Amino acid sequence: MRTSLRMGRCRGGIGFLNHLTMKSYHLDHLDYLETEAIHIMREVASEFERPAILFSGGKDSICLLRLAEKAFRPSDIPMPFLNVATGHEFPELLEFRDRRAKELGAKLIVRTVDEALEKGTAVQAAGQISRNQLQIPVLLGAIEEYRFDCCIGGARRDEEKARAKERFFSFRDSFGQWDPKNQRPEIWNLYNGRLNPGENMRVFPLSNWTEMDVWEYIKREKLEVPSIYFSHKRRCVRRGGQWVPDTELMPAKSNEEVKDLIVRVRTIGDIISTGCVESPASNCDDIIAEIAAARVTERGSRADDRVSEAAMEDRKKAGYF
Amino acid sequence: MSSLHSHPVDLLRFNTCGSVDDGKSTLIGRLLYDSKSLMEDQIEALERSADITGGGQINLANLTDGLRAEREQGITIDVAYRYFATPHRKFIIADTPGHVQYTRNMVTGASSANLSIILIDARQGVIEQSRRHAIIASLLRIPHLVVAINKMDLVDWSEERFLEIKTQFEEFLPRLDIKDVKFIPVSALNGDNIVTASAHTPWYPGPTLLGHLETVHIASDSNLSNFRFPVQWVNRPNNPTDQTLHDFRGLSGQIAGGIVKIGQKVTVLPSGFSSTVKQIWTLDGPLEEAFSPQSVTLVLDHDLDISRGDVIVDAEDLPGASSDLHAKICWMNPRPLTTGKQYLLKHTTQTVKAAVTAIEHKINISTLEKENGITELAMNDIGEIRLKTAKPLIYDGYATNRLTGSFILIESGTNATVAAGMLLPPTEIARPEYRDFAI
Repeated sequence: MRTSLRMGRCRGGIGFLNHLTMKSYHLDHLDYLETEAIHIMREVASEFERPAILFSGGKDSICLLRLAEKAFRPSDIPMPFLNVATGHEFPELLEFRDRRAKELGAKLIVRTVDEALEKGTAVQAAGQISRNQLQIPVLLGAIEEYRFDCCIGGARRDEEKARAKERFFSFRDSFGQWDPKNQRPEIWNLYNGRLNPGENMRVFPLSNWTEMDVWEYIKREKLEVPSIYFSHKRRCVRRGGQWVPDTELMPAKSNEEVKDLIVRVRTIGDIISTGCVESPASNCDDIIAEIAAARVTERGSRADDRVSEAAMEDRKKAGYF
Repeated sequence: MSSLHSHPVDLLRFNTCGSVDDGKSTLIGRLLYDSKSLMEDQIEALERSADITGGGQINLANLTDGLRAEREQGITIDVAYRYFATPHRKFIIADTPGHVQYTRNMVTGASSANLSIILIDARQGVIEQSRRHAIIASLLRIPHLVVAINKMDLVDWSEERFLEIKTQFEEFLPRLDIKDVKFIPVSALNGDNIVTASAHTPWYPGPTLLGHLETVHIASDSNLSNFRFPVQWVNRPNNPTDQTLHDFRGLSGQIAGGIVKIGQKVTVLPSGFSSTVKQIWTLDGPLEEAFSPQSVTLVLDHDLDISRGDVIVDAEDLPGASSDLHAKICWMNPRPLTTGKQYLLKHTTQTVKAAVTAIEHKINISTLEKENGITELAMNDIGEIRLKTAKPLIYDGYATNRLTGSFILIESGTNATVAAGMLLPPTEIARPEYRDFAI
């Protein structure tokens, strides 16, 4: 019999101690992933001078913030939050982002693609409408502006083939580039965070988490997520084999199919290329059941990854997250 | 679909090793495919690339050979991680390359594994690569080993051939430090004995590969005997909203070994101050006890001067302490290790200067013999060295504790991680200067 001891889930308030009936001293998978991530966050706080947490308001970065609370409370979270906004966000996401940062008493820094386009530090390619690619120069600009030496992000290895090869501590040269052939070996839990001036590190505490783990964690921790993750009514337009929100940014053309649907989003990117899946899932349990039965991966609903088989690899080499 | 779930289950980490063509990526592809862990779009992408490059044949290896460079070269160039789940367990696979020049990646992928799968091509039998992988698994003290004898379809499912390879491998085993070894005859390409039992092997009574992965006992893999707590971060709130936290001085870290309880007598090393555990703080409320590898924040009875790099241990069970170290290492850098050179050594939560004072010998990975009179260790060499550190390390032998017995070497300037080290058992036990001096 394998009984996992769930130590520490005492929600009865301070002073209440678990009475332990069965002791197996063995962590279940969520506890294991959690302790691994907390350890990484504390390493970042200890070994870097100016770290930041990338917080978009999306479900993965929501988990990051809870892990930061677990790592650093009762102290303040010792690093600001940074968001690189495309200007093509779901409004629900921005509202949630600002509110959550305030609740946690953290400093939220927002840098936008619009500003960068205006200043000319980012340039839109002809015919390019999605702004996911344009986040690269904005992120690099913010890193330079604030002299961040480390950015903690919520990327997971199960999202995409190129990400499957990422380290927890992903070294970037002074141009922000990732070189998959020249990664530092990562052995045991000994992370090498040493940098020369101008270089920086991206750190991914959720590397070993899957989409299912993220939702199980959100459920276990009772975390609030933006409402668009749950079932809602939305006018959608059929593009590239999927339903995307019908927005003023890219209105439906007369030959495009438009429908009011009951949908939710699985992954959030630029609003014009974020696929909406038809779903009645209105709470965490529904979503977990839906993922368990899903036949398409999470990133299958992002048009930017479907451009070519190496789409993500190319973006990462250029400095993308 | 039965492969996912949402109840607490445990997690098995394993890595796969093999040579270039013995079907590692195919094996992983097969595990994912047959355990129904693949999604429609992944299968679609497989089919797309099959039409373009594979003459219409689905190539399961394409699932894991993710980077363009390796698709072009047809080899896996780095560690790739894969995730799948069954109703019994969650799995993390580290797919590590087998060719000689990339041993460092196997060490990377295998260091935190519970189990290693070594693939052997049934036509070739045990080759130098297989021995190297077994030695690395033994050196890293991976508790469980599976020898998957693959491509059995190409040797007509011969039991005789299976037993011959098993014997070849077993001849080598007594010299290694692996307790649990399982041999399984498989065909990754056709799926025999991967997820479902093969009709071709009536002579094999054992479990399928997945069956074994789901049931192998891993609960006792981590050290629960010797309490070790390397302090990672001092937790001292600046503006606590809660006034009761005004004097809070917590020591945050991940328990690297053993169990800690409230009221337990502890010693802080290297200073040697004694205290008792007053509180085990977590965001979810205080705990009565905690165990490795949980991350917690300890509050001690005395307000001692403690910082990152210090280690809190059971007062009755002290680790070793020395600045003269003896270790096995795997060298991972194109520039060879030479004696006299200085490196940075990261061990638990501290980084100290270290000089290599001697290379004792190199281990010949084909014969396991020690080669003496060595002046340097090259990339992918495994050997035994002596080091002198600028301050004493508080440590255990790697055989006792993977976390307090391991270190990495970092080259100053390039900041490259150049070696993975495993400490031999200490000869001197920590002798705290102020052992009897409680504040």
